[in-house]
Amino acid sequence: MTDKIKKASRHTIQNEGLIFEKSSPGKRAFDLAPLDVPAADPAKALGAEYRRAGVEGFPEVSEIEVLRHFTRLSTWNFAIDLGMYPLGSCTMKYNPRVNELVARLDGIATEHPYQPQELSQGCLKILQLLEKSLLEITGMDAITLQPSAGAQGELTGLLLIRAYLERQGNARKKVLIPDSAHGTNPATAVIAGYQVESIKSESHGQIDVDKLRELVTEDVAALMITNPSTLGIFEERMPEIAAILHGKGALLYMDGANMNALAGVARPGDLGVDVMHLNLHKTMSTPHGGGGPGAGPVAMKKILEPFRPAPILVEKEGGRLALDFQRKESIGKVKAFGGNFGVLVRALAYLLAYGPGLRQATEDAVLNANYIRKHLEDVFELPYNLPSMHEVVFSDALQKKNGVNTMDIAKRLIDYGFHPYTTAFPLIVPGALMIEPTESESKEECDLFIDALRAIAEESATNPELVKTAPHTTRVRRLDEVAAARKPVLRWKPAEKRSESAD
Amino acid sequence: MAYPAEFRYTKEHEWMAVKDGIATIGITDYAQHELGDVVFVELPKVGARIEVGKSFGTVESVKAVSEIYAPAAGEVVEANATLEKKPETINTDPHGAAWLIKVRLANAADASKLMDVAAYEAFIADKGKEATA
Amino acid sequence: MRYLPKSPAERQEMLAAIGAKSIDELFSSIPEPYRLKKPLHLPGPLSEAEIIEYFKARAAENSFGYTSFLGAGVYNHLRSVITDTIIQRGEFLTSYTPYQAEISQGTLQAIFEFQTMICQLTGQEVANASMYDGSTATTEAVLMAERLTGRRRVLIARSVHPEYRDVLKTYAKNSGLQVEEIPFAAKGTLDTRALQAALKDDVCAVVVQSPNFFGAIESVAPLAESAHATGALLVVAVTEGVSLGLLKPPAEADIVAMEAQSFGLAPSYGGPFAGVIASRDKFVRQMPGRLTGQTTDSEGRRGFVLTLATREQHIRREKATSNICTNQALCALAATVHLTLLGKEGLREMAEQNFSKAQFALSELEKIPGVRRAFAAPFFNEFTVELQRSVRLVNAQLLREKIIGPYVLGTPYPELTKHALVCVTETTTGAEITRFAAAVRRALEQPL
Repeated sequence: MTDKIKKASRHTIQNEGLIFEKSSPGKRAFDLAPLDVPAADPAKALGAEYRRAGVEGFPEVSEIEVLRHFTRLSTWNFAIDLGMYPLGSCTMKYNPRVNELVARLDGIATEHPYQPQELSQGCLKILQLLEKSLLEITGMDAITLQPSAGAQGELTGLLLIRAYLERQGNARKKVLIPDSAHGTNPATAVIAGYQVESIKSESHGQIDVDKLRELVTEDVAALMITNPSTLGIFEERMPEIAAILHGKGALLYMDGANMNALAGVARPGDLGVDVMHLNLHKTMSTPHGGGGPGAGPVAMKKILEPFRPAPILVEKEGGRLALDFQRKESIGKVKAFGGNFGVLVRALAYLLAYGPGLRQATEDAVLNANYIRKHLEDVFELPYNLPSMHEVVFSDALQKKNGVNTMDIAKRLIDYGFHPYTTAFPLIVPGALMIEPTESESKEECDLFIDALRAIAEESATNPELVKTAPHTTRVRRLDEVAAARKPVLRWKPAEKRSESAD
Repeated sequence: MAYPAEFRYTKEHEWMAVKDGIATIGITDYAQHELGDVVFVELPKVGARIEVGKSFGTVESVKAVSEIYAPAAGEVVEANATLEKKPETINTDPHGAAWLIKVRLANAADASKLMDVAAYEAFIADKGKEATA
Repeated sequence: MRYLPKSPAERQEMLAAIGAKSIDELFSSIPEPYRLKKPLHLPGPLSEAEIIEYFKARAAENSFGYTSFLGAGVYNHLRSVITDTIIQRGEFLTSYTPYQAEISQGTLQAIFEFQTMICQLTGQEVANASMYDGSTATTEAVLMAERLTGRRRVLIARSVHPEYRDVLKTYAKNSGLQVEEIPFAAKGTLDTRALQAALKDDVCAVVVQSPNFFGAIESVAPLAESAHATGALLVVAVTEGVSLGLLKPPAEADIVAMEAQSFGLAPSYGGPFAGVIASRDKFVRQMPGRLTGQTTDSEGRRGFVLTLATREQHIRREKATSNICTNQALCALAATVHLTLLGKEGLREMAEQNFSKAQFALSELEKIPGVRRAFAAPFFNEFTVELQRSVRLVNAQLLREKIIGPYVLGTPYPELTKHALVCVTETTTGAEITRFAAAVRRALEQPL
């Protein structure tokens, strides 16, 4: 079977223990310049009440050991830099390196959020240009760059809706969420003080508009919609959905996780969306970094503008930029010190590289997803067959007959040199294979991926055991998650010293 | 695994056995199969009141959480302490050592509203057909 | 476009394979009137060199060349080339949340080491894989205390960072939490009598920061005792992590909410940083955020996985402990590498330098007529002084000498009209401190 694996071969990987296990007293990896002021004696100044002797158990190693330790660890990771990372809903696209460089410039990385605004005009100009660019892409009227990531963006969006409705005299009770939505949506709605009501998708995976019409009452504050949905399908009746909500005084929230299918092609603002968040770590290529940091700006229509988190960016006479903290109707702050500026810088660098050519990225992303769909739809079941946008969702129904499930196929993909697709999602597709190639993959990489999945589909029929026990070529095999959860070991502890009195 | 004849069962896959006004409640073999390896069990404290159809605890596997619904109303007189250390007992002995709580029944008639073993076996057989359909 | 790996011919070939006549056909599910007819009005496209040029021009409009005495939750500490080298490795930078453990062991083990170091620093038993930042971690700590106690009243010290309190209020508004503020005493620490008066058996959490926003170090143990006496939990926020190299850890706290920015993360005009929550083992199931646990693979080798995931939103949905998905993995990695480099001795030495320099700065300032130490409580690397004149006016003078003056406490605390929060770290030289003191003296001596 290995002859089918074209992309990957074996390579020696080094072992490496925990840093604490390499520690030896007296070694160090960091020197400070000598103290150039009189040394204060903390023992005297602080006394025993406040002073600690030292951090027990902290590592003591040299510089080369630190570098090797983390470099070795890094080789155990898969990454976009190594190849296709088709995690549906996560938009794992190329992270341009110039973005890293500019975020680290002196005068950018070094700036303090409380420094005088007249010494921050460069930072504020960056924020202003990013705001304008994101408004153009989304077709909205106003924006806040403060939220730390998508989930906080969702919360900010719902709090804006709440504040707006409260001003109308009734915050209302419920938020409607389609059953295909990401799990964050319901969790967020609860934190915003709303009850969640789920809407079943109709048989094609779209929102059931008739059902929606029934459910939207004066109690409903908003519908949280993901468009394209988590099935990678565009909600064709979006403007009608918006009209139903607006007819009852409710608002339309859009989860912008899938903006990579729309940027430059269609604008949520034109489709009737009132408020949405963007995941800059998805659509705007800021690095995921193993799970963050992100940034989750929230764009909105004019009616929600007065409620934006403070401070907001304003342009004064003569083009001078300033932060306005005096916002009476603001929902408050969702994060200290403004947004994740370093992430915002990278997002702007990304947009500057494309300019209006951003549309080409969207087109290529959709082209890749459809190309993969076309070449796999005869070997994997396609539970919803409306046109795909930036991702395609198959199910493992055909492979299940041989006892092979989506997780097995995903793990086997690792042996073929690819990161798995998303398996646990969306909930309305049991055994989902959620594939989002993004625009960053060449035709060649897509072809290799298609070959790999076709080969695995064949293996699932001819040698299911091989698939079920995958991966076979990784540094560790499948890990015992049950043991990890039953008896959690969440930190290293020094080996128990043998008590002298013990026999 | 056989379903004891002296138990009563719910559609949410709990079982209940009553003796001298005290009901012992657990989850069925079918339920533990559906959940997979159980890693954690959350139970009410002694003295807590439970109500018919309301959740009184959760059973967790690695990737799922299941609510446990009370088959009867009453006051908790004992919670199974062994499950805290050995949640896997639910997978090995769901109808015996892995009982969850003992409850002093508020209403003895609650038990009679539940399925008997024949009805429950028919119920899960139906479920099996649904799944393969 | 240089980021897109397709030739026009390949695009045509792929379209043909799909059976589409044009790319527009792939967007046919978007109703025609809603498809954009004209190109987006965006600046660019720019070449790599032009992008660098653009940002260099913006950087030049910022504070380059100034010496700063600002802290107040964001600290300028030494950072290392090694840390930046590691976090720019593509295997760390361009990977996702480590759900596929077999090909994410690097990230997972690093998080496990991070969790361990945070426990060692804070004196707590368990720490999560990081959260957005210190402000949201503090809020999440309060929500955790609410879940653990089933109570709804929160007592938060006014000496907690004003923006942290703002964030808590935003989250509390709709979750039924009642937030009350406890004043500070004359020496700058929490007013314990006011705390005692407010503490009833309906309080879920007492929240303090140490060193607090004025730089004053709080005595954690007696506060924990008071809180526990009424069944409340003590939440301690730590904004200046380096202080833990010298100060007793808040081991008596039930939950520690920490900002890890001081560990190798640039101020970056406010983010991204890394928050983290540490607590007791017995509270772990109510702890928000991701956790990495140690386990073994099918052949008995040690490995790491994300664990206890059933607390999270993708499984619990509306019953999750938090709606946060992203952590700050790369920032937490930077902190891990940085702390490893510092090691036991380096961290202690760095902390002692901060302490000595702050002591020196205070003594230099106290020599100036018109400057008075405001609070008697011991401090670490930040302290509050009261000036004879408005801090704003003094700061305006300092700016002319290319010095960014201390934080103006009068903005969030109207009663502290002439109070300034001065911060020095190991990066502030003795000469800069002397120059700063001289500039303050001139500013105060100048006729109005």
